[in-house]
Formats: sequence, structure tokens, C-alpha cells
Amino acid sequence: MDSIWPQLERLLPQVAKPARYIGLEDGAYVAARSPQKAGWLLIYPDTYEIGLPNQGLQILYEILNERDDAFAERTYAPWTDLGALLRANGLPLFSVDSHTAAASFDLLAFNLSAELVYTNLLECIDLAGVPVRAAERRASDPLVVVGGHCTYNPEPITDFVDLVVLGDGEEVVSEISVVVAEWKASGRGDDSRAHVLRELSHIEGVYVPSMYDVTYDGPAIRAVTPRYPDVPERVEKRTVADLGDWPYPKRQLVPLTEVVHDRLNVEVFRGCTRGCRFCQAGMITRPVRERPADQVRTMVSEGLRRTGYDEVALTSLSTADFSGIEQVVAATVADQPDGNQVSVSLPSLRVDAFTVGIAAEIQKARRTGLTFAPEAGTWRMRQVINKLITEEDLFAAVDSAYSQGWRRMKLYFLTGLPTETDVDTLGIADLARRCLALGKNHHSSPSVTISVGGYVPKPFTPFQWFGQNTQVELQRKINLLRDNLRRDRGVALKWHDSKASVIEGLMSRGDRRLGPVIEEVWRKGGTFQEWSECFDFTKWTDSLEAHGLSLEWYVYRHREEHEVLPWDHLSAGLHKDFLWQDWRDALAEVGLPDCRWTPCYDCGACTGYGIEHVVASATPPAGGSQGTGQQLVFLGRKPETVGA
Amino acid sequence: MRVRFRFTKLGKVRFASHRDVARLWERALRRGSLPVALTEGFSPRPKVHFGLALSTGHESMGEYLDVDFRPDDVGGLVIEELPALLSPLLPPGLEVTLAALADRSEDSLQQAVTLCSWRIEVPDLDADHLAQEVASLLARSSVEVTRERKGKAVTDDIRPYVHLLEVADGVLYAELGTQPRGLRPGELLAAFEAPATEGLVCRTHQWISTDGARREPLAAA
Repeated sequence: MDSIWPQLERLLPQVAKPARYIGLEDGAYVAARSPQKAGWLLIYPDTYEIGLPNQGLQILYEILNERDDAFAERTYAPWTDLGALLRANGLPLFSVDSHTAAASFDLLAFNLSAELVYTNLLECIDLAGVPVRAAERRASDPLVVVGGHCTYNPEPITDFVDLVVLGDGEEVVSEISVVVAEWKASGRGDDSRAHVLRELSHIEGVYVPSMYDVTYDGPAIRAVTPRYPDVPERVEKRTVADLGDWPYPKRQLVPLTEVVHDRLNVEVFRGCTRGCRFCQAGMITRPVRERPADQVRTMVSEGLRRTGYDEVALTSLSTADFSGIEQVVAATVADQPDGNQVSVSLPSLRVDAFTVGIAAEIQKARRTGLTFAPEAGTWRMRQVINKLITEEDLFAAVDSAYSQGWRRMKLYFLTGLPTETDVDTLGIADLARRCLALGKNHHSSPSVTISVGGYVPKPFTPFQWFGQNTQVELQRKINLLRDNLRRDRGVALKWHDSKASVIEGLMSRGDRRLGPVIEEVWRKGGTFQEWSECFDFTKWTDSLEAHGLSLEWYVYRHREEHEVLPWDHLSAGLHKDFLWQDWRDALAEVGLPDCRWTPCYDCGACTGYGIEHVVASATPPAGGSQGTGQQLVFLGRKPETVGA
Repeated sequence: MRVRFRFTKLGKVRFASHRDVARLWERALRRGSLPVALTEGFSPRPKVHFGLALSTGHESMGEYLDVDFRPDDVGGLVIEELPALLSPLLPPGLEVTLAALADRSEDSLQQAVTLCSWRIEVPDLDADHLAQEVASLLARSSVEVTRERKGKAVTDDIRPYVHLLEVADGVLYAELGTQPRGLRPGELLAAFEAPATEGLVCRTHQWISTDGARREPLAAA
């Protein structure tokens, strides 16, 4: 295949940050192409800086390139300046590895981690020179595949994709490669496209939207049914049983230019059963699968040696819950040769003093800021969302952090949660003030930053039935907090754009009727919608109106128990009646324990797939009320508070 | 102990910024497990000293970097072996061509280098037009130009910066002064009677002048 580099290099002097388009990363593959191999172009539909560190994409890139029947290259969404230049010069989207035209690959595989990138999905398909609507593609066009967390409700984008993959990709990409390599070897005849899609729909975890009909009953969905008897009625997600079998990435990409999370990342476990009811990631990635501690240690020391990074992040949804986390952290630091200072970061810190202890162990120097996520301002609200952090936990953690030299605390909260009252909202300000007061015992000028996001209900969570707060209501709550904190020096408030939360909500629980809306926003130039400088609320609301659709129906409305949800024909393993019960429990302010250390409550994620948690330690970690104090919650008593 | 390295920046990697190249070097030195001296303080950085910045997108045959090594720990260091050790740890196009002991008492690279040689492609102009522009510019005793420096418009005479201009095979070869402000190839072309824009640009040499003679910061043996 020809490289478009000679034409591209003349354009690059005209664009911002051209290093994002040159490839050459350490760890990149020189893919060995062949007509017998399925060619994958893995695409992250946001900028290189955001997309390059994505671990999911890097894992699949390696697995595919290790296979004999596949090869993979990568690309990212070109920023608007290069996008315009490519169009003006008649050049297509290209891979950054070999600068080969996107349409020469057999599959364009997108990682969708955020709903607001959907218009970029269309932009990339169009720049590739492929029809944006799946129905208009011919045998010569690549297959458009999507995976990632957003694909648990892919209905709003089904017009544009050929297949959707649910769950862990490690195994399924190989199964898809086999089918696509055969299709390629067959010469991809004129009417072979429908045939190969039908074949792919037989692979577990693969959803082919064009094989399903949706019927409506007024505005409501009546049913989503497969068109053929051999196409599954319900598509189940894929789950890798043992993370220890997949020590990827083995050769993490090291970019030439700065990116987010510019460090070595080692995933220590996947899945989370803390059971926070707002958290889609925790619900859809169950069960918990820990990586063996000795494998973590090897991946860290090998990775640091190979990449030259001086920082490693041990990633998961709650890293302090990893069995023996203290020993792993201590070993990571001890494994480094003298003189090599390595810093370890633990994203998603649990809120308790034990966790701060670990942070202190690894962050000997540079103790500037520490981040916690209590998520809600009152104990009642935290029971509703099942984020069972007591004030005791929070204040102990914050006090411990201030006393050990940290001076800036950052606290994450959500607003617009189910049953939230202004007492709960203002509870956020109250917590912040009390944290700041603790800081004053240790420092002359401590600071607390609170970051508030508007809550967006997600599919396959107990809150999937909840009517999202209106944009006006979300903004009112943010204003309430802002006014309340106006005189508090030392407390800074940051918030997400409530309008962006509404459009995220529209996509999150939308259905196939939103396809034309997304297409229209894209055609009017609405790309990079997750970037505040590009986000255009009016484009969305105008387009909704033009298509006779409303935010009221899609975003603000509470769903009913027996309503057919747009994603009911897909499955993350969770029983719908479990989710409904958890929703009722939430409204009753009843907490649910973590099943790693307590009996199974049969959510479905293990039992349905015949798999189990892989957790090295049968006892919960020290500290943290979710690990030890759950009985308090069950009796419905409020724990003692300190520092009040 | 200070070691001076000479390296290239050719091909695709020319679109990496000066800052990117600095980070790539720091990582390569770490990956090579070399005993690089570190700055004091809470966030120690390797003691590396870069020469004149090269614009993003320009190639170079002669970039320079000084690295300080820990005096107590250089026993096993064989300077002649460093280019072969470091080149594979840098991206393709960044190739270390020379390494030699440097004198710490000398001026820094940024102060010492006074002149750079450039190879400049000018796709808009054929060889004849290019030669006419060169002759016309060289015939002028002063060339007032307004250009941007640190966000401010500065007007000065760039003629003293132009030490040599010649055309060979339709390509412009220039020697341009670097002190005090430096003249960039693009600014030179913009000063033509019919302003032109640069194509591929390559810095072929950097020069240090002492007592009327000139030498490269690190000359090929």
C-alpha cells in the first residue's frame, strides 16, 4: 500500500503540533501486510494526546500484530486544522504508523470511551473516504467496528457502524480476524458484505445492528428483534477470565510528544464490585480479576527499563483494593536500581487513612496535591449511591494527608443524583469547608478544590431508570454551591458544563432515532464536542427539534419498570431484576456490600458466565468503611462523625 | 565530567519540537542507564544543556547537546562507544554521530555558536529567479525587516546576519548569524523582493568563531 507521507509532509508545517501525526513511537510495530491477513486500523476518535495512552487500544494493537492472520496500525482524530487541509488536498485519513490510507484496511475499529466523540466517529469515517452510513457501504469498503464502554448502548450510532463488540477485546479480536481474513481471501465479492456480517454475528460478544429490527409503540420501543433465526436474540459481553493470561501491553508505546498520562501504566485489576450505583464502569466490567502480584512486579520493572519512564501508574477502578497493595508498591520502589528515582501513582484513590499511608510511602517528595472522590455531600446521599464513605473516613484521610505534608486537597463530587435535595448539594460545600479547617491545623494556607460534575445516568446501572436533572436544574445547583462558597477563601469550585452533561445524557440512553441528529450535527461542523471550545449546544437542540425529538423524552424522563430499554437486547451479564432491586434499595437509602468479601447477591456477572472473582486475598483491605463497616450500613445507623 | 554530543534530526522526526527532543534525550539517557548528574532539589532533573533551538519542521545534520556525568561514577564510561549505545534508544532520524569530552569552562553552546549553515529549498522559485533574488539581496547594504520575537514586533537590519548566500542545483545555501537575535531561513526568504516561502530546510552546520577562525562545536575526526 502506498504511503501518503510525501503529500502529508508538505501540509504538516501548516498545522498545530505536527508531531502527533508522524508515528515513530517506541513500541510501534512495522506491520507486515499481506493479502492473507485481516488489516485493522485502530482508531481513537479524539486527539493523539488523549488517545495514544489508551491501554485498551494498545493491548489490541499488540495482540493483533502478534497473530499470523492479522496486522494492526493506529490513528487518532486529526485536529480541525489538518482535517480541513486533508479535504482541501483530496487526501484521506491515514495510519500514523505507515501513513497508509485508512480505506485500505479491512476494518476501521474505533474505541468509544465517551459519548461526545460520536460526531468524530463520523468525521473519521468520512475522512477515510468511506460512506458514513453502513447501509451505503459496499464490499470494497472496510467494516466499521466499535468497542469500549459506550458500546453498551450503541443504538444512537447503529446507522454508522457495521459491528459492535461488547466487553473485553483480548479474545474476540482474534475470532473476528479469522472470519475477516477468510472474507478477504475469498476476494470480497459484490454481495459478500451481508454474508460476512451474518457470519460475524455468530461470534459471542459481537452485535451486528443491521441484523435487528426495532419496532415502536408511539415514542416507546416495542421490541428489538433479530431478523434471522441464527442471529442471537441477546448479545452477551465478553469477559477475560484471568488477567494473568494477558500481560499486555508488553511494549507500551512511548510517544515523541507530550500526551496525557505520559507514564508507564500497568493494569493491576479489572472490574470492581464496590457497587457504586452511578458507576457504569464498575457495573459492566465485573467480576473483579486481579493480576498476579508477581506479574505486576515484572511488568513494572520491565516496562520502566524498556521505556525510560520515571513514573508508573498502577491502574484499576480502585487500586487501594488490590490484594497486598502495600507490598506491591514497596517492591516497585525497591526494584529500581540506585539513583533511579521512580514515582508511583495510584489513580482512583479510596478515601481513607490507609490509602493515604500508601500514598505517603510512595510520594516521598513533591507532596503537593492529593485527590479523593467522596462523590456526594451527605451520608444519606452516599447511601443512595452506595458510595459508603463515612465522614470519619474522609476527615481521617484528609487530616492524615495534611499532617504528612500535602497542602492541596482535590475532592470530586457529582450533583443531580437521584433524591438529591439542596441539603445534599450544600453538604458538598460543608464538607469542603470542614476539610479546609482540618488543613489549617497543619498549614498556614491549605487549599481545597472541589470539582463538581453533573450526573448522567448510564445503561446497565441501577440508575438507568432515573430521569436526569434538567440543564436548568443542574446549573441551579452549581450556582447554589458557587454562591454558598463565595466567601470561603481557600475553597475553589470547578464544575463541568451542564449543557455538555445533557448531550452526554442524550447519547447515553438514546435509541436509533438519534442517528439523523448525530449526522446533522456532524454535517454542520460539530466535531470535537468534548472540547469546550468546540462544543455547540444549540447545534444539538436545533437538530433534535428539526427531527421532532425532545430532551424531555430522552434525558429528563424517569423510565418505568417494564419499559423496553434501547439496550435490552444487549447484556453486561447483570440481571435486570438485580438492577431494578438495587434501584429500589437506592431510593430506600439501603447500602449493598462488596461481594468480594461477603456472600454473593447474584448480580449475574459471575453466575451467568460461569466465572469467578480472581482476588488473591479473602480478607478486605485495612481501613475503609466499605471493607469493614458495612454492617453499620445494614442497620441503617449513621456512623459517628469526627471533626464536626 | 561533561560530554558533548553531535546528532542529526532527519526525516519524519523533524516535526518533533525542541522540547520533545529534550525529553527524548532524557529518556534515552535513562534507558541507557548512564550516570548522568542530576540537579539538586525535590524534583531532580538530568543536567543536560541544549544548543540553539531548531524550528519544528527543520532538519539538521548538526545538533549539539552537552551532558554532565557524575564525576564519581564514570569509571566504566567509554565516550567513543556512546553514539552506538544511544542512537538505538532514540527515534529513527535522531542519530548520534559524535561524542567527545567537553571543556566545562567554555561558553555554553547557545553563547558560543555564532553562525549556522543552512540548506533551504524554495519550491516557489526556479533556479534563475532564486539567483536573481540572492544577487539583489547581497547588493543591498541594509535590509530592514520587521519580525516577531517573543510576541513583539521588532524591526532591524538583517543584512549583517547574512554571511553567505549561494544557489546550487536550484537550492539555496546560506550562512546566517545567530547573535544577538538570529535570522531564520523563513525570515530571509520573506525579505526577498518577491517574498518566498521555505520548503524543506536543513541546518547543515553550526559554527563557533574564535579569533577570526571558525570551527564546529564538535568536528568529525
